[in-house]
Amino acid sequence: MFAARIELRIGSLDIDVAVDAADGETVALLGPNGAGKTTILRAIAGLLAIERGRIEVDGLVLDDPAAGVFVPTADRPIGLVFQDYLLFPRMSALDNVAFGLRARGMDKPAARAAAAGWLERFGLTGHAASRPRALSGGQSQRVALARALATSPRLLLLDEPLAALDAGTRVQVRTSLRRYLATFGGARILVTHDPVDAMVLADRVIVVEDGRVIQAGTVTDVARHPRSRYVADLVGVNLLHGTRAEPYLVRLASGAELVVADPLPGDEVVVAVRPQAVAVYRDRPDGSPRNVWPATVADVEVDRDRVRVQLEGPVPVVAEVTPGALAELELAPGTRVWAAVKAVELSVYTQ
Amino acid sequence: MKLRLALILATAALLAGCSDTGGGTGSATPTGADSAGATPASGKITVFAAASLTDAFQQLGDQFEAAHPGAKVEFNFAASSALREQIIGGAPADVFASANESNMTQVVDAGLATGPAPFVTNVLQIAVPPDNPGQVAGLSDFAKPDLLIGLCAEEVPCGEFGRESLAKAGVTPSIDTNEPDVRSLITKVENGDLDAGIVYHTDVLAASDAVKGIDIPDDQNVVATYPIAALSGSGQADLASQFVEYVRSPDGQQVLESFGFRPA
Amino acid sequence: MTRAADRAKARPPWALIPLAVLAAAFLVVPFLALLQRTPWTGLGDLIGRPVVVDALRLSLLSSLAATGAALVLGIPLAWLLARQRFPGRSVVRAMVLLPMVLPPVVGGAALLFAFGRRGLLGEPVYDQTGLLLPFSTAGVIVANTFVAMPFLIITVEAGLRSMDRRYEDAAATLGASAWTVFRRITVPMVAPSIVAGAVLCWARALGEFGATVTFAGNLQGRTQTMPLAVFLALESGDRQAAIALSLLLIVVSLAVMVPMRDRWLGV
Repeated sequence: MFAARIELRIGSLDIDVAVDAADGETVALLGPNGAGKTTILRAIAGLLAIERGRIEVDGLVLDDPAAGVFVPTADRPIGLVFQDYLLFPRMSALDNVAFGLRARGMDKPAARAAAAGWLERFGLTGHAASRPRALSGGQSQRVALARALATSPRLLLLDEPLAALDAGTRVQVRTSLRRYLATFGGARILVTHDPVDAMVLADRVIVVEDGRVIQAGTVTDVARHPRSRYVADLVGVNLLHGTRAEPYLVRLASGAELVVADPLPGDEVVVAVRPQAVAVYRDRPDGSPRNVWPATVADVEVDRDRVRVQLEGPVPVVAEVTPGALAELELAPGTRVWAAVKAVELSVYTQ
Repeated sequence: MKLRLALILATAALLAGCSDTGGGTGSATPTGADSAGATPASGKITVFAAASLTDAFQQLGDQFEAAHPGAKVEFNFAASSALREQIIGGAPADVFASANESNMTQVVDAGLATGPAPFVTNVLQIAVPPDNPGQVAGLSDFAKPDLLIGLCAEEVPCGEFGRESLAKAGVTPSIDTNEPDVRSLITKVENGDLDAGIVYHTDVLAASDAVKGIDIPDDQNVVATYPIAALSGSGQADLASQFVEYVRSPDGQQVLESFGFRPA
Repeated sequence: MTRAADRAKARPPWALIPLAVLAAAFLVVPFLALLQRTPWTGLGDLIGRPVVVDALRLSLLSSLAATGAALVLGIPLAWLLARQRFPGRSVVRAMVLLPMVLPPVVGGAALLFAFGRRGLLGEPVYDQTGLLLPFSTAGVIVANTFVAMPFLIITVEAGLRSMDRRYEDAAATLGASAWTVFRRITVPMVAPSIVAGAVLCWARALGEFGATVTFAGNLQGRTQTMPLAVFLALESGDRQAAIALSLLLIVVSLAVMVPMRDRWLGV
């Protein structure tokens, strides 16, 4: 059981976040590069001290500036898997895994025996004597994980665990990592910039941007109701910010107005539009959609049997159409078109 | 392959350019004005002199230059053995003043000097720190193992003579260091790092208050005869011999005596 | 090497070659000249003399002892300079470099002022215990350490600065104490720098002359190291002995450094 409030300043970044994770739960810290995610992890590990706040694992206070408590890294019951794994290059995989146990006082034969057990659990028995440079990316990751788990930590931290792998291996390893993580009884905090990682590995997501928590919730919640451009982009949703003009009307910054089907929940709102819900016409359509506006094609991106058309204008959105439609409408950058969205397709929620 | 070959050829070429000149009797090539027609009183001479002659010869040099306007005297002071090596090795010197006969003899044997003549003598003296911590009274104290005793290395004249003197006194010294030259020996005595050393009388005088001198009785002392000679390869033969004459003249001798040297 | 590999080898910037050859020649030719003058017949006799054996033994003993002292004292200082911020750090670093800049004889004189019989520390120690460093083998080791240790410190400090410190973080997260991290992670990772520094230090100590003769004096068997023996041989005109001794010194140095070069210093 892990709970932390972390406030610290690093370089030009001000971090002020609250993170928590229950035993057996995987929480992903998701955010763009430079958001401060790795810094948060380092603070939890004790490699950095916080300025204000409190970090606690299973009731044990690790860092509390106000109370003058700071537990050094070596005494914290945490395990950390680094982005580059950082397996000690001059030690075998076995000795790497045994390192934490030996450092805590276990004698060499006992530590090695325990390490051998861990390697077996991760399917690495054949590589026990190998040096890290002889291991593949996926194998290295498993050794790093075994090394971190061997000391029976109460909290497991993972920093971009799949970043060092190539695309093909990543998919495989992601799946097996999910399995391994499930075997660990404590809380797990995972840092990533890849939403798919979060989706596959995490139970809950905390979106961090510019040192602040933008959103927190289950993966589905966050994906359905993105609160920031970053997450919206990630999940491929159009996000428009506007103010309430009338109970069912949202006015955007550009002045354009959108009709929505549900009563507006507040004065400052966010309108989410799925690209699939945006229809594109050559001529102004005459039909049921309440929201129709002129636009210019800015960019066209073909992706197998879907085409993403970036539209500029009073309502900047990305529309998704079929290649057939692209050809028929002769859509190209610079083409003037009309776009339409049904009011019922718009999700509106407060910021 | 090509690179290796280039390297080997370059090295071979450089080696071939060197020829064995050492150990033989290379003579210093004449420099400066032709001795026959030039004005005898002008020109530059280089005098290689034993380190113990430093202060005395510098004064002699100044006075010589004053008496011979246009003449310039430059000095190279070092242990006589080092100077001998340099001269034999071809160093351009016009005059050689040695602290012992054997070094001069070797230079003469190498055909580089003729007609050396003694010009002063020097005697040895015991040097102790001003407060004489070892309470040294004479050469017999040099046998005491608990005293820190220094001599010049055997390879330099003052070391050779020092040992001779100890032998005359029938003393087997308990030596702690053989300093490569008199200067470093005196410095260590001055600083109190040594209890006693055997140096020249002139060195004790030169150090004045920094060092206290204890006389060695005549029957134990060694008289070091200093020979001087103009070198054969000199390009300033006239000026060189003039300098030698000056050193041996009454004026020169007076200067030398003021520094503690005795007549030859 | 196969021809294919040869063909694909990167071409050197040709302008560098003549300069490199010149540099190599500059460094190598004096040794070749020495070899040319070596009295090959009778070399065995020259080298077998007690004065030579004593000097060689003393040189090896003192240079190795100095290297050992430099490792024990220098690595911690290098670590401090590389890792700890403390007031006056840049001053300390500059002072560490001083023995490299000082003429060795000046260094020897400074050692006398500190540890001589009338020295700052030497005097009280002598008065209390009768122990004295000058004119002893220990004094030779001290002089060697003084001039050679900076080489080790500078090399190891550079290694510590350039090493990836995240490995130390990783060790900390696994529960390793600061000492364990240093012993099992840091030192093995900077081992190449340590070896390189030790070799430099040893080489400098072996060739050390000025500080040794000024501080420890010169006495066969006790303080007369090889460089001193060579110097005195030259002084006395025994050119042959000087060359033979020099050759011996060179052979001993090469015997240690050639095997080291590729394995450790090349890393």
